[in-house]
Amino acid sequence: MDLETFWFVLIAILWAGYFVLEGFDFGVGMLLPFLPRGEEDRRTMLGTIGPVWDGNEVWLVVAGGATFAAFPAWYATMFSGFYVALLLVLVFLIIRVVSFEWRAKSESDGWRSVWTWANTVGSAGAALVWGVGLSNLVYGVPINSDGDFAGDLADLFSPYTVAAGIAVVLLFAFHGATFLTLRTAGELRQRAEGAARRLSIPAALVAAAFLVWTVGVAMDRNDKDIFPPALPAALAIAALVLAVVFLFMGRTGRAFAMTALGTIAAVATLFTSLYPRVMVSSPDFENSLTVDGAASSHYALAVMTVVAVIFVPIVLLYQGWTYYVFRRRLGLDETAAETSDAGAHA
Amino acid sequence: MVGTIAVSSVDLARVQFATTSLYHFLFVPLTLGLAPFVAVMQTIWYRTGDERWLRLTRFFGTLMLINFAIGVATGLVQEFQFGMNWSIYSEYVGDVFGAPLAIEGLAAFFLESTFLGLWIFGWDRLSRRVHLATVWLFALGSWLSALFIMVANSWMQRPVGSTVTDGRAELTSVWELLTNRFAIYAFTHVLLVGLTTAAVVVFGVACWHLVRGRNAELFRPAVKLALIVGVPISAVNLLVGSHLGIVVTDYQPMKIAATEALWDTEQPAAFSVFQIGGFSKDDQTPSFDIEIPRLLSFLATGSFSGKVEGINTLQAEAEAQYGSGNYTPPVRTTYWSMRVMAYLGTLVFLVLAVGAFFFWRGTLETKRWFLWVGVLTIPLPYLSALAGWVLSEVGRQPWIVWGLLKTSDANSPSVSTATIWLSLAVFAGLYGALAVVDFVLMRRYARLDPPEVGGEDDEFAVPAVSY
Repeated sequence: MDLETFWFVLIAILWAGYFVLEGFDFGVGMLLPFLPRGEEDRRTMLGTIGPVWDGNEVWLVVAGGATFAAFPAWYATMFSGFYVALLLVLVFLIIRVVSFEWRAKSESDGWRSVWTWANTVGSAGAALVWGVGLSNLVYGVPINSDGDFAGDLADLFSPYTVAAGIAVVLLFAFHGATFLTLRTAGELRQRAEGAARRLSIPAALVAAAFLVWTVGVAMDRNDKDIFPPALPAALAIAALVLAVVFLFMGRTGRAFAMTALGTIAAVATLFTSLYPRVMVSSPDFENSLTVDGAASSHYALAVMTVVAVIFVPIVLLYQGWTYYVFRRRLGLDETAAETSDAGAHA
Repeated sequence: MVGTIAVSSVDLARVQFATTSLYHFLFVPLTLGLAPFVAVMQTIWYRTGDERWLRLTRFFGTLMLINFAIGVATGLVQEFQFGMNWSIYSEYVGDVFGAPLAIEGLAAFFLESTFLGLWIFGWDRLSRRVHLATVWLFALGSWLSALFIMVANSWMQRPVGSTVTDGRAELTSVWELLTNRFAIYAFTHVLLVGLTTAAVVVFGVACWHLVRGRNAELFRPAVKLALIVGVPISAVNLLVGSHLGIVVTDYQPMKIAATEALWDTEQPAAFSVFQIGGFSKDDQTPSFDIEIPRLLSFLATGSFSGKVEGINTLQAEAEAQYGSGNYTPPVRTTYWSMRVMAYLGTLVFLVLAVGAFFFWRGTLETKRWFLWVGVLTIPLPYLSALAGWVLSEVGRQPWIVWGLLKTSDANSPSVSTATIWLSLAVFAGLYGALAVVDFVLMRRYARLDPPEVGGEDDEFAVPAVSY
């Protein structure tokens, strides 16, 4: 594999990591106003993602930085072209960060309710925009012969890209509910499981439709054959079907593994459909940005490859260790101890 | 007409970058400095078992967390903004400038965020020793991220380790990039600014509690720690900052000339302490000024008889090298930003030094007026640091990458003026609201009494990111 392809794959992996990890904390955020019976439950839900959401968000920061460094032309065209969409993402992510921070700073119900909804809107909004934005890479946007974006905001919306946004929102909500079944206890856990069941079939159906559609879009608009994009798409669909099955069998651990695998395979479908281009141009297909055309010099890629080969495994180790440290369920039996722990010692 | 529109979208993009960056940097120095402070406090508790240090760790840890979360949110804007508003710049520099940013993410941000989460929520999940390690790793992550950012910024000031091929910069030596003399001084300077800021904040907050006669037994050791760190660090910082001036003279003589409003080459050159007028091409002679003979020669070259080149000479040289155009940065802005930075930096050192004198004499707590001075000093390192960035970035104009790419050629061609107005308005509203609430929260938590450890009313210790 040449270095250009290696970095394309690495960026796909970073996005997959971001979707899997931030996916469930977005999902928890989306369910925040609906699942809990009261403030206690809400704090427990936030407690399940409290130690990890910030680290999860770094996957996005690194995906952005890696794109800048490895494919400057891609980064430049995508970030300036998707300007308003990214502005929205930033607003959603900022109000979400702030909601985590400030929600507990006052006892007032009104204050808490505002920040609960801020978290929910931020989570759902960011998920929606990421779905619309990334699917546009394959679907194609107007790019001129200088490699600059030549369209406007309306060009980002088509039935396919909107479907992608909805699929991502549903998938994350399902993924998040399944995550909650593993990290909570008692009645909250049952409610989470109920929510996961109700979300599972619509999420799996919409996601499956989106995946099939993506393979079609790749063939129609990006000059791809049905293989290889159909392989990760099939894997993703199989994983989501299994997630539904496991969930209804009460095997929530396996269901979560399957929603995670489904999310990874869905991102893989998108990037497999994209390769060897990084941004499809439509209607002028020949202006599409390619992996080779957008890449940095060999030397720069080689330097960063050394850094990535050293640091990515280390990061995986300590992030994995974090999940091990915080593996205990939060909820009923321990509610008193846990929340006062989180409160007193955190 | 087209020209007018192009100019104004660059200007708007610059306004947005300047405001969002300066805003972001309101939060950065305190994180850089407070992280090691909190780590040292926790280490002392770990070593001695003295509960006062545990209470101080929690107290200042809370301030650190409130501060850090805003830094994270505003930092994401910085990363996205290069591509959103400066796409030509991004494509031109990505090969070189992108590498330290990507490495920052991999090597520093993951470390910072992950171990901060472990620290906040790990008090009773980790052994005391491992838990102590998490706060040190958080501090290490924040320092590493400053390192890579300063490497990236220093390349814009003094492009090394790269060559321009096909209208794009390409990395040729990562070693030269990392050992850029400019980067070494700038990184050291930023770290010392961070530590100074944290020392002033710890000192000022402690003074506030002492002036109210509250928690003296707790804040006395905090004052001592702040002074032990703050006095030498703020002094060394003045020296390092001053030496950075000599480095700048070597690579960006025009920045120094503009900063000193020095129109004609002088040898030896006098330092202008204060002047009225003399800031524009048509008005090169101040109507009033106070000067110290030979001092500028020393500050800029390290020798009291050194030659300092003037703007007129350098402008002519630049036109000969790069073609006609204005190569002079805004003189008035650089002149005053340098003086605000240096004078406030000196004032901060003096306050801490006088505080140390009183503390050593045992009279600090009886001098109420001085305790108030300590409280009122809190904004000064911030203003000094912001002025320093204005000097560094405005002084680089008209270049975005010194000698290679002009700011006016670097913005996104596909982004309209209206779009930038929109984002500017969104950020102004959002950041304004954040500033107000953050200030209120910081003030509230800085004024709380640190509760007894494990007490019923341990609500205080609820950190920013718990619920």
